[in-house]
Amino acid sequence: MSSKRTVQFKIYRYDPDKDAAPYMQDISVELEESDKKLLDALVRLKAKDDSLSFRRSCREGVCGSDAMNINGKNGLACLTSMDDIAQPITLRPLPGLPVIRDVIVDMTQFFKQYHSIKPYLINNEPAPERERLQSPEDRDELNGLYECILCACCSTSCPSFWWNPDKFVGPAGLLAAYRFLADTRDQATSERLDNLEDPYRLFRCHSIMNCVDVCPKHLNPTKAIGKIKDMMVRRAV
Amino acid sequence: MKVAKRTFDAVIVGAGGAGLRAALQLSEAGLKTAVLTKVFPTRSHTVAAQGGVAASLGNSTEDNWHWHMYDTVKGSDWLGDQDAIEFMVKKANEVVVELEHYGMPFDRTDNGKIYQRPFGGHSQNYGQTPVSRSCAAADRTGHAMLHALYQRNVRANTQFFVEWMAMDLIRNADGDVLGVTAMEMETGEVSIFHAKATIFATGGSGRIYYSSTNAFINTGDGVGMAARAGIPLEDMEFWQFHPTGVAGAGVLITEGVRGEGGILRNASGERFMERYAPNLKDLASRDVVSRSMVTEINEGRGCGTDKDHVLLDITHLSPETINKRLPGIREISIQFAGVDPIKAPIPVVPTCHYQMGGIPTNYKGQVVVPKDGNPNVPVAGFYAAGECACASVHGANRLGTNSLLDLLVFGKAAGETVVSDFQSGQLTLKPLPENAADVSLARIARLESQTNGEEVHEVRLAMQRTMQKHAGVFRFADMLKEGVTKILEVAERAKHTQIKDKSKVWNTARTEALELDNLIEVAKATMVSAEARKESRGAHVRDDAIDCAETPNGRDDKNWLKHTLWYSEGNRLDYKPVTLQPMSADVEPIALAKRTY
Ligand SMILES: Cc1cc2nc3c(=O)[nH]c(=O)nc-3n(C[C@H](O)[C@H](O)[C@H](O)COP(=O)(O)OP(=O)(O)OC[C@H]3O[C@@H](n4cnc5c(N)ncnc54)[C@H](O)[C@@H]3O)c2cc1C
Ligand code: SF4
Ligand code: SF4
Ligand code: FES
Repeated sequence: MSSKRTVQFKIYRYDPDKDAAPYMQDISVELEESDKKLLDALVRLKAKDDSLSFRRSCREGVCGSDAMNINGKNGLACLTSMDDIAQPITLRPLPGLPVIRDVIVDMTQFFKQYHSIKPYLINNEPAPERERLQSPEDRDELNGLYECILCACCSTSCPSFWWNPDKFVGPAGLLAAYRFLADTRDQATSERLDNLEDPYRLFRCHSIMNCVDVCPKHLNPTKAIGKIKDMMVRRAV
Repeated sequence: MKVAKRTFDAVIVGAGGAGLRAALQLSEAGLKTAVLTKVFPTRSHTVAAQGGVAASLGNSTEDNWHWHMYDTVKGSDWLGDQDAIEFMVKKANEVVVELEHYGMPFDRTDNGKIYQRPFGGHSQNYGQTPVSRSCAAADRTGHAMLHALYQRNVRANTQFFVEWMAMDLIRNADGDVLGVTAMEMETGEVSIFHAKATIFATGGSGRIYYSSTNAFINTGDGVGMAARAGIPLEDMEFWQFHPTGVAGAGVLITEGVRGEGGILRNASGERFMERYAPNLKDLASRDVVSRSMVTEINEGRGCGTDKDHVLLDITHLSPETINKRLPGIREISIQFAGVDPIKAPIPVVPTCHYQMGGIPTNYKGQVVVPKDGNPNVPVAGFYAAGECACASVHGANRLGTNSLLDLLVFGKAAGETVVSDFQSGQLTLKPLPENAADVSLARIARLESQTNGEEVHEVRLAMQRTMQKHAGVFRFADMLKEGVTKILEVAERAKHTQIKDKSKVWNTARTEALELDNLIEVAKATMVSAEARKESRGAHVRDDAIDCAETPNGRDDKNWLKHTLWYSEGNRLDYKPVTLQPMSADVEPIALAKRTY
């Protein structure tokens, strides 16, 4: 009994070294029984056509390398099951970022926004000998925030980020901003809020929720953004 | 071809835990540093570490570094160097508390301290009862740690070269290290990174095996580069097979699951570890648990239609505990095993996980090689830390949570050594040999012009199958012998791989071909070193080693209490003594004894 099956793909291809313009490639591949995820299928496909380029590393949804647009929705190839996926499987690069090659995008702008929120703990008191104490309840406040893998699925599905990638921090960056605002050990609350008090950086979010819909780690940037907005309001009164 | 040259005080290859920890030391001291990495730093495989990092903080149960040292030496089956081990366990609290100060979101105890859980092989009172020594952030400790370290480096303005692949080590006629060549993946351009100090932190090489918990990028690049440049590799026969990889998928299920109370069961539902390790049971050392599992499977007590795995059961834990302490595991299990561990046990098999061996270093992070009768002479300008290095603290078998500790302690130590060597004026920029990039350019040129060669994935698969079959959990004299012949054949094939993609831009066919060169070095080192070591010790267990009073568990201290050194050139072996003397007078050497749990 053979459980081999053939699957059809439609893949965005572009190699600036040889292609005048991007095109969609129709290609199929025969899968082995052990090929359970889309990433397995892509690896199988690459054995057939070694010029197909994509990023990948951990193959378990924790490194954030293999985000792409899968049948119209951003996601991680390594967490996308081959069982319930419609064919032909249409793969495109994450929308809104410059394409380097095939489904590999230039993420400079995305990381620039992440860096702009000062993504590190700020506490200028002399470090104590032992750990700073934090109650389990206070630590729980960081759940749903610190787990972000910087895959960019969210920001590249956000219309506000498409239009203003240089000005709007985007859901991933704002989630990170709230991660530090919510940390009882961080002392830079007002500095962080000042940094976001701007018509674009925070307030371009119109709660469209695309970001929540696509996050492969089930995080909720919209909620975090709402909490930052609440903090802004509270400090204004 | 003209090759661009960039000059730095120091170049660090690798931005995982070890590389980032070292980088912090250099950036904060103001050295002009370049950190090269194949992937964006937070995508390094440290991100996948789950269970925790060891430190005898004693937040939940009484603990001290003496017990930690004993466990580590015993875990290493006495192959670990006791000076380096003493150094590491004494520094543990300091480096873990530092991470907390950097913002790492550790779980907390009720009184607000860092949460700690039990882990395999870690005990109170010299092997008596399990101890809570693993400092954890849920089951995402590596992710929390790597992000905290990256974030701290953002604060320190560390200069990264992201998606740059180091290709070859540059040495001069005296053997001093002068930097590396590297290829920018986006453009395919090769540059020379000329530096006073070079630190390798390139991580593990688990992809030499067919079934592995390691990421695609864990191809042993640093280890391969060092070997090709004439540096011997230490103790490469010792590979850790983690007891609980998801059957079929290879994805890891942390030992922390057993730390939280998980139990391994065979086909009849028996908790079989009670028979093999009456004291620590499911929390015995990894090599012991993996062998017990394979024995159960080999003797027909495996589970499933093919009786080819065992079950990891946590259905007796409350859903609250599972969701709070093991949320990532629940997700992995649903994703990759198709079972929700709240309701049903997870199918698991021993899976290649960690390389105990690597580039030989001392506890300061200096790379050391034999010279003029001294087995440990530092190579000028060359340092290494993390999984690619062998300090050697893990010896023949690493304890869980000791690797994240290793990369913090020795990443920091390597950084400190470079800073102090730099400040004392010992590090100078030595002139580059002529055509320093020739080797790298020739490798690329070969791939450009190769015809009638095999495809990279075919040769890689042949290597992985050979390693899996001939150098697995249990090793057999005849299989090892045959394995050596086979792996040398595969190595020959790797010289003629062919790629169709000739683009300069993000050519992953080319990077995979270059990675294969590194994997092959590691695979050869492993097979040849394993064939030669005629005893059982830690993770290296062979059928012809006899368990008797003279050689307990097949361990032959009279002939084999020594480190292996494998040289790529001439495929040659050498040996050097194990350091049995601790660093200070604070502790007596841990005396040799039979290992039982
Ligand atoms: C699934 C899993 C779970 C684990 N869980 C634990 C745990 O709970 N506790 C514990 O103590 N240990 C654990 N370990 C082991 C531990 O995580 C690793 O040993 C450790 O993270 C390795 O860190 P590193 O910094 O040495 O390398 P890595 O984190 O692998 O980083 C290597 C770096 O080198 C770079 N690099 C490699 N080659 C090149 C090149 N040619 N050019 C440029 N850059 C290059 C990569 O881009 C990367 O940045 C686990 C391991 C695995 C696989
Ligand atoms: S909720 Fe805000 S951040 Fe999320 S997609 Fe919508 S606009 Fe973007
Ligand atoms: S919030 Fe989710 S989707 Fe966005 S970068 Fe983080 S993990 Fe990815
Ligand atoms: S490969 Fe790491 S997230 Fe998919």
